[in-house]
Amino acid sequence: MHLRDYFLFLLVMAGVTYLLRAVPFVLLKGKIKSRFWRSFLAYVPYTVLAAMTVPAILYSTDSKLSGACALVAAVVASLFGLGLVGVAVVACVTVLGVDGISMLL
Amino acid sequence: MKFSNGVKDGLPIGLGYFAVSFSFGIAGSKLISWPLVTFISMTNLTSAGQFAGLQIMSDAAGTFIEMAIATFFINLRYSLMAISLSQKVAPSFGTFKRLMLATGITDEIYALAVSQSEPVTARYFAGLMVLPYIGWSSGTLCGAVCGEILPAVVTNALGVALYGMFIAIVVPQMKAHRPTLVAVLIAIACSLAFKYVPALSDVTVGFAIIICALVASLLGAAFFPVKDEEESCT
Repeated sequence: MHLRDYFLFLLVMAGVTYLLRAVPFVLLKGKIKSRFWRSFLAYVPYTVLAAMTVPAILYSTDSKLSGACALVAAVVASLFGLGLVGVAVVACVTVLGVDGISMLL
Repeated sequence: MKFSNGVKDGLPIGLGYFAVSFSFGIAGSKLISWPLVTFISMTNLTSAGQFAGLQIMSDAAGTFIEMAIATFFINLRYSLMAISLSQKVAPSFGTFKRLMLATGITDEIYALAVSQSEPVTARYFAGLMVLPYIGWSSGTLCGAVCGEILPAVVTNALGVALYGMFIAIVVPQMKAHRPTLVAVLIAIACSLAFKYVPALSDVTVGFAIIICALVASLLGAAFFPVKDEEESCT
């Protein structure tokens, strides 16, 4: 990628992100009235994160096996009530363990 | 609501951000050089949005319009938070201050700010932003620099931390709110289809994420409209 393209991508990404935060913060004082769009917006963060995580997590490590183990371990850790950092640590340790063992075998 | 109170309250967020952005730095350093990865964190201060953005800019087929649309939908929740926060701030928190501090509207900083019992002043909010901003930027820097030094087995393990964090955000809500469970499963099914169905696999990663999220959220809103008290926990 050329440096020029990087800065153009960055400008688009940072610009859109800033406007999304600043424009409603400055302009809107009232609540969105449509229950449909409020509901839509309430679901967006979770559906985005889910679509970003599955199946990409399977391809983020050395083997699909360690990625799949990390996914399962993180879901279980989260069901047991661990917070953001705790779940992240569980996922990392799982990958380190699985990839480490398969390297030794 | 002094600046120093905000700085103190922001400390745990800053520490968490350091850990998570470390993994963003590692992921990024595999694609672009460390100063460029760090600069993304310094100018964006988002997790999922930056991560998708990095994927799009490093994809040879990625386009600016795809970047704009993906960033828009992934970060659209910040608009919701900005609307919500605008109801909570002190009258002295004027337009100029809002323009200066809007970048601080992240999931965690927002959540902490609106949970205050008093109206949020600009000084307090600025204080709240300081350590998370430093943690996010310096974590990325450390991750990107270490990513070029550490062995692959370690960077792979750390790189999965970001996904761990995403899972930690989604799973509790799926457990507490059945319609979210359904919407998330729809999004996952859709995402798997884009990856494994040959006819759909030409669609770029960024657009696949947008389409999955749109379809799942629209179906969720159509069939399970949320009540006001349910929104507040998101």
